[in-house]
Amino acid sequence: MTVTAPEFAIFSEGLTKRFGQQTAVNSIDLAVPSGSVFGFLGPNGSGKTTSIRMLLGLVQPTSGIVRVLGERMPDRLHTVLPRVGALVEGPAFYPYLSGMDNLRRYDSADRYATSRSRSARIDSALERVGLSNAAHKKVHAYSLGMKQRLGIANALLRPRELFVLDEPTNGLDPQGTREVRSLVGLLAAEGITVFVSSHLLSEVAQMCTHAAVMSAGNIVAQGTLAELRGVDTARVRVLTPDAESAIETLHRLGLVAERSHSEGTATWVLAPVRDQAVEPEIIAAALQTAGVRIRAFSVEEPSLEERFVALTGKGFDVVQ
Amino acid sequence: MLGAVALIPILLAIAVRLSTNTLAAGEGPPFLSRVTQNGLFVGFTSMVVAIPLFLPLTIGVVAGDTIAGEAGQGTLRYLLVAPAGRIRLLLVKYAGAAAFCLAATLILTVAGLLIGAALFPVGPVTLLSGDVISVPEALLRSLLVAAYVSLSLLGLSAIGLFISTLTDVPVGAMAATVVVSVVAQILDILPQLAWLHPWLFSHYWLGFADLLRQPLDWTSFGTNAVVQLCYIVIFGALAYSRFATKNIQS
Repeated sequence: MTVTAPEFAIFSEGLTKRFGQQTAVNSIDLAVPSGSVFGFLGPNGSGKTTSIRMLLGLVQPTSGIVRVLGERMPDRLHTVLPRVGALVEGPAFYPYLSGMDNLRRYDSADRYATSRSRSARIDSALERVGLSNAAHKKVHAYSLGMKQRLGIANALLRPRELFVLDEPTNGLDPQGTREVRSLVGLLAAEGITVFVSSHLLSEVAQMCTHAAVMSAGNIVAQGTLAELRGVDTARVRVLTPDAESAIETLHRLGLVAERSHSEGTATWVLAPVRDQAVEPEIIAAALQTAGVRIRAFSVEEPSLEERFVALTGKGFDVVQ
Repeated sequence: MLGAVALIPILLAIAVRLSTNTLAAGEGPPFLSRVTQNGLFVGFTSMVVAIPLFLPLTIGVVAGDTIAGEAGQGTLRYLLVAPAGRIRLLLVKYAGAAAFCLAATLILTVAGLLIGAALFPVGPVTLLSGDVISVPEALLRSLLVAAYVSLSLLGLSAIGLFISTLTDVPVGAMAATVVVSVVAQILDILPQLAWLHPWLFSHYWLGFADLLRQPLDWTSFGTNAVVQLCYIVIFGALAYSRFATKNIQS
């Protein structure tokens, strides 16, 4: 019997978790489209890890529902989790066992994994993460990066429909980071949904097709990466010693300009341009005609980092 | 730890062998006076010596480590996500603790028999009731005693499993389990609590002497089995109720 894949690999409605008086996750509505690479962003303490643990049936929600691969969690975890590969809050292994033995132990804990194909699957997983040579070393001798790779290998032990990866490139060297990124790309190409929780915004911007941002237990933004960046709003940046004239000129063009920081004798002047209302060449020409000296001029899309900080606040203190 | 368990009868036998004192009847642990006459008593004496503290200590370590150890290492979340299933994990862990109980008592018995045969004369055994049994039968009874003591420790293992579900710190769970066994034995001594004694899991621990009578007296064995089973059921249920819906934050 073939079952059509659900539209959303992960879907939650009003998912809430309270620990005593504290609300860690406040009624979030996650919608992760199947086949997407979904970035899960948020500052420390925003409730990301608690949400991930609820997805995997490790923590009971206080209220709300969550469906993973179309089925209710944690009720149906025995049918869902064999199809999910996870790396949660860093890898964890038995230090006195070798890398291969650790994978063997986790695989035998999964009673839905066939023991006959075990060795072959372990070998293939280790090869995919580049640990074939270190497989027989005891894990207490592994570096952080090697443990991280072993954790990813654990997620790769069986063919999965969904990967939940919490900081997958943590501790990895540049080669390792590139490998993870290409691995995620390969998985996505096969139609597998990849749910990545990360702090590395540049990485999310490169790898992901969709994202959600959490702050203080709430989802403050969710959607495709383009939507999140606010591609519709570009920004003009002009470095000039004649800041006042520049601001006035831009104002005449219908743009709201403001000063930013100085660089030597010149100042940066910034102005958002909505929906490409005014073309860059017209702005540049207008500035020149007004006699504004231009040291640098660019029109750029807002970065994910700025959007992220705008959504989650500039504060350094953990919220809860 | 199993190595340390094996050392008990070995050290005991060597100590008796090297000492020139002869004990008066009734002095020292039970059966100790008989060791010089018959090496088969080394096992029994070691068992009596090990039951009050040493064996519960080792059981406390193993049972306390069952769930808390995995939580402390961080591997519990990966086992549950495999998915291992919470009930299945509890059962497998308990089976491991029970296997350890059996292994520890068997090693104690076998080491005792071997060192006793090595250092002392071995021959037909005179039982408490005065009857004499042959060496093969004495070996059989040694195994029965081992089975009795293993059974005795199953209740404590269940308590340890339950305590292990309450914490992420394995040392805490281990210590708490050992404390429980010590407290139970202390309560067992107080005459004011005589009404409580038959309900304590440690009350029948030294009752294996009944197996050294002719004919074999199974009443102690039976009562002990029932008491241990009750503890297994109660604490097993408690462990399940606690663990089944626990938020795994480790």
